[in-house]
Amino acid sequence: MSLDPSLMHIAVFFIVGIALPVVALGIGRLLRPHQPSADKSVTYESGVDPTGDSWVQFNVRYYLFALLFVIFDVETVFLYPWAVVYDSLRKEMGLFVLAEMLVFLLFLVIGLIYAWKKKVLEWK
Amino acid sequence: MNLMMVVGPVLLLFIVLGFVTYAILFERKVIGWIQNRIGPNRVGPWGLLQTVADVFKLLIKEDIIPAKADESLFRLAPVIAFVPAFAVLAVIPFTEKIQFADFAVGLLYYMAISSITIIGILVGGWASNNKYALLGGMRSAAQMISYEIPLVMSVVGIIMSVGSLNLHEIVEAQQKVWFIFPQFVGFAVFLIASISELNRTPFDLPEAESELVAGYHVEYTGFRFAFFMLAEYVYVFAMASLTTVLYLGGWNAPFGLTFIPPIVWFILKFSLIVFFLFWVRATMPRIRVDQLMQFAWKVLLPLALANIFITAVFKEIPVIGKFY
Repeated sequence: MSLDPSLMHIAVFFIVGIALPVVALGIGRLLRPHQPSADKSVTYESGVDPTGDSWVQFNVRYYLFALLFVIFDVETVFLYPWAVVYDSLRKEMGLFVLAEMLVFLLFLVIGLIYAWKKKVLEWK
Repeated sequence: MNLMMVVGPVLLLFIVLGFVTYAILFERKVIGWIQNRIGPNRVGPWGLLQTVADVFKLLIKEDIIPAKADESLFRLAPVIAFVPAFAVLAVIPFTEKIQFADFAVGLLYYMAISSITIIGILVGGWASNNKYALLGGMRSAAQMISYEIPLVMSVVGIIMSVGSLNLHEIVEAQQKVWFIFPQFVGFAVFLIASISELNRTPFDLPEAESELVAGYHVEYTGFRFAFFMLAEYVYVFAMASLTTVLYLGGWNAPFGLTFIPPIVWFILKFSLIVFFLFWVRATMPRIRVDQLMQFAWKVLLPLALANIFITAVFKEIPVIGKFY
């Protein structure tokens, strides 16, 4: 099995991308002052002493959007290959290929409408 | 592996850094002009060294890591946010010859890699152990995943027309008609969703200065902060390039003006998109957070889905069908 040569280029891009922050922050270390003090490293809360911890359980609303995202993102995973081969399948199978995707999308759109009616999409 | 494979990306990195430096200056100038101000004009002639001075200032600022923060994640977050911004540039075809990776699934690669940045932002917001940062990071993640759906779906129309995910082939398919015309609905959805993915005004809620102080990067100082900003502007570069490639015909010359080299055409179209982003920023007020989420799910997503079927229907119409 031989690898696609473009994967090598992409790997180089990742390495260069990682190298820049490493090098820049490394050089920065030589230039910048380093005088830590207790006051400096207090969490910022508009100048007031911070109360409580920030690592708390968070609003369920974000979770619902994340769920919707997963559903529709998986849908795109199916849509992309379908779109790529659409023309050739259209010649072979006729409009059945379109109808099939319509049915698949219909189920998901019903889900979206349900979420819409349940007021999940409203941000409060 | 030969030397050119490394020299090319490094060269591109410096071009991108140069672009970011002057895009920031240009943005401030444009906004200045629109608001009837002069804009930066003190450092260097015409303010040309303003951003250079700003970057140098950030470089010599102390790097503070809050005592309560998760130190290793705090250090890692800006890198996670920046690396994908640069890595997506590997598949962009700037001209027929200037393209680093002629990847068969280039478009999918762009969409997949660019979403990794969300993790960087979320990690940065969480690791800071700061309430503003956490809120900003959460909002940012919610916004970016919501707008990612219309973004990836708006391009399905193009994939159906071209029958490929290869960006090079997508540009070649636009030799006669650019996709902005047959795919106008897709283009509109893509442009709006991409502004939101870039976290730019009017969708800049993640870092809404007036309510969240700065959002996910409140606790970041010096060069670590700079990397979040850099990632944002590298994405401006990447997104403007991708819009040019997908909808404006890439390096193809309009009206048969082929005596002008392809790279010039690419730069012209690219600059137009970049200017448009700055123009929108200076013109539009920030959108409200509830409207923001509703807009993605109730307007853009149905439009993007409709666009897929409009494309399929138009393919069946005899004369117009050949443009789709």
